[in-house]
Amino acid sequence: MDIFSNLFPISLYEGLAYGLVAIGVYITFRVLSFPDLTVDGSFPLGGAVVSVLIINGVDPWVGTFTAFLAGMCAGLVTSLLNTALRINALLAGILMMVGLYSVNLMIMGRANIPLLREVTVFDEAAGLFGTDTSTTFSIIFMAALIIIVLAILNWLLRTDIGLALRATGDNEQMVRGLGGNTNLTTILGVSMSNGLVALAGAMIAQNQGFADIGMGIGMIVMGLASVIIGEGIFRPRGITGILLAVVGGAFAYRLFLGIALRLGLPPTDLKLVTAVLVVVVLAIPYIRKRLRHEWVPPAARM
Amino acid sequence: MGTTGSQNVGRIPIDDNSILRLQEVTKVFCPGTIDEVKALDNINLDIIAEDFITVIGSNGAGKTTLLNIIAGVYPPERGGKLIVNGRDIANLSEHGHARYVGRVYQDPRTGTAAKMTIAENLSLAIMRGQKRGVGTAITKQRKELFRTVLVPLGLGLEDRLTALVGTLSGGQRQALSLVMATMSKPSLLLLDEHTATLDPKTARIVLELTQMVVSREKMTTVMVTHNMELALRFGNRLLMMHKGKIIVDLNHQQRINLTVSDLVDAFEKASGEQFVDDSVLLSSVDPMTRK
Repeated sequence: MDIFSNLFPISLYEGLAYGLVAIGVYITFRVLSFPDLTVDGSFPLGGAVVSVLIINGVDPWVGTFTAFLAGMCAGLVTSLLNTALRINALLAGILMMVGLYSVNLMIMGRANIPLLREVTVFDEAAGLFGTDTSTTFSIIFMAALIIIVLAILNWLLRTDIGLALRATGDNEQMVRGLGGNTNLTTILGVSMSNGLVALAGAMIAQNQGFADIGMGIGMIVMGLASVIIGEGIFRPRGITGILLAVVGGAFAYRLFLGIALRLGLPPTDLKLVTAVLVVVVLAIPYIRKRLRHEWVPPAARM
Repeated sequence: MGTTGSQNVGRIPIDDNSILRLQEVTKVFCPGTIDEVKALDNINLDIIAEDFITVIGSNGAGKTTLLNIIAGVYPPERGGKLIVNGRDIANLSEHGHARYVGRVYQDPRTGTAAKMTIAENLSLAIMRGQKRGVGTAITKQRKELFRTVLVPLGLGLEDRLTALVGTLSGGQRQALSLVMATMSKPSLLLLDEHTATLDPKTARIVLELTQMVVSREKMTTVMVTHNMELALRFGNRLLMMHKGKIIVDLNHQQRINLTVSDLVDAFEKASGEQFVDDSVLLSSVDPMTRK
């Protein structure tokens, strides 16, 4: 069982870090019904911003927070494309994803920025508690971050504006009819989502010791996989349950990938594995219903 | 045509009790294309406080366009005005209109959010016309209030505040829509064929509830219907629309002894056309009396 040593703690750490991406994807896809593909660009944007700031001597806490803000700005632009210019949500996200590739390269100046000798938030945080940066510490630190994010979202989604945000994804017509500004809720949700995704990118870059222009490829599929797996395994009810299930889904997904790797799959196969996994998870409910002779409407195309 | 035989066409009403005044409201869809259609043609209308107006007309007469303009779904063509309290709101966004206008849609699914609970739906409705902030949406006081507004419906919804609205029946959802449209007391209530998709029994219940809520809250109401019998039974004023114009406008005195066939005659006289709309004739069976 040697090949599986360390599998659990590493998956746990990755699940927590990528859990932020999953929460972001959950907010857009599930809460807002806004299929936002900006994620593939805002994730490396977070990594790029924090890395450039750190190597230029900026405090890593400030750098990480700036990465979060940069992600929010990316989301702001995506949502404005959709609300102010009436561009289809899917297309707005794709345009941003493509555009952000160049933006990220401009910010980084090159395709890869190593952070190995730099002081990161993990080092700073470990220093505060007088310990070393280890996997265990990374897990605790990420867990604390996730708990803060979940607590804030859990509160926000139960406020008046949060309710309007959730209802926007459920029945936009109704929200407008009740005097809710659905442009505003869309902007709020998409910005928040991309802020969290960029924060994840910043945390991952600092923990792995580099930012790379290609680090965001497939991030949207990964986030979606986590959300769907989480919903499938935990079948949550209520806001709190769903948020926890999404993070749980990210963990399960990472564990699954970890097992695939340890079984000898080359890392380059992982994207295909992820894609197939999502297809399987999405297809299962349909196949089950077909076996029970239930009618299923055709899938949406737009 | 269109103006023949109606003494009420183009009347510029002068009434200080006007809740909402439509002035030279026109709406053209697909302008400049072969599909161009004038859905509303220079409408002038004063809606007086505590009016209960029923609107009838054949398909494509402009009834729903009229409601959409009042609700602010889209603005009228340039020059058209919607005056509320002396202020023109024609170019305000739909959510800006919501402060003045509550609406119950034809489809119960349009007026409620299925994946949210009854309490959450009502919380959304209670904030009509107010700035939505980060205050807790569902408080103890609000839950008490929700129970008080739900009890008169007699549907037992007050005990199911945490139930998802998607689990309710069409009639229950429409009753909830009605409460959501009226609970924060907008100046005007729009009913867009709100019983058309319900079965006759449920339609009767929802109509009774409508009458109860409207008379209790003294709501100024505009009800669009395909059903002439209903249009005569309800309200104190009747509008008949045809090809984007209001061709008949009857006040309480004028319509008191009117029958459906009188209405058909009035239509033919006013429009100069034969009345041939099956959907109106077929739906003239009254769900209020049908056993």
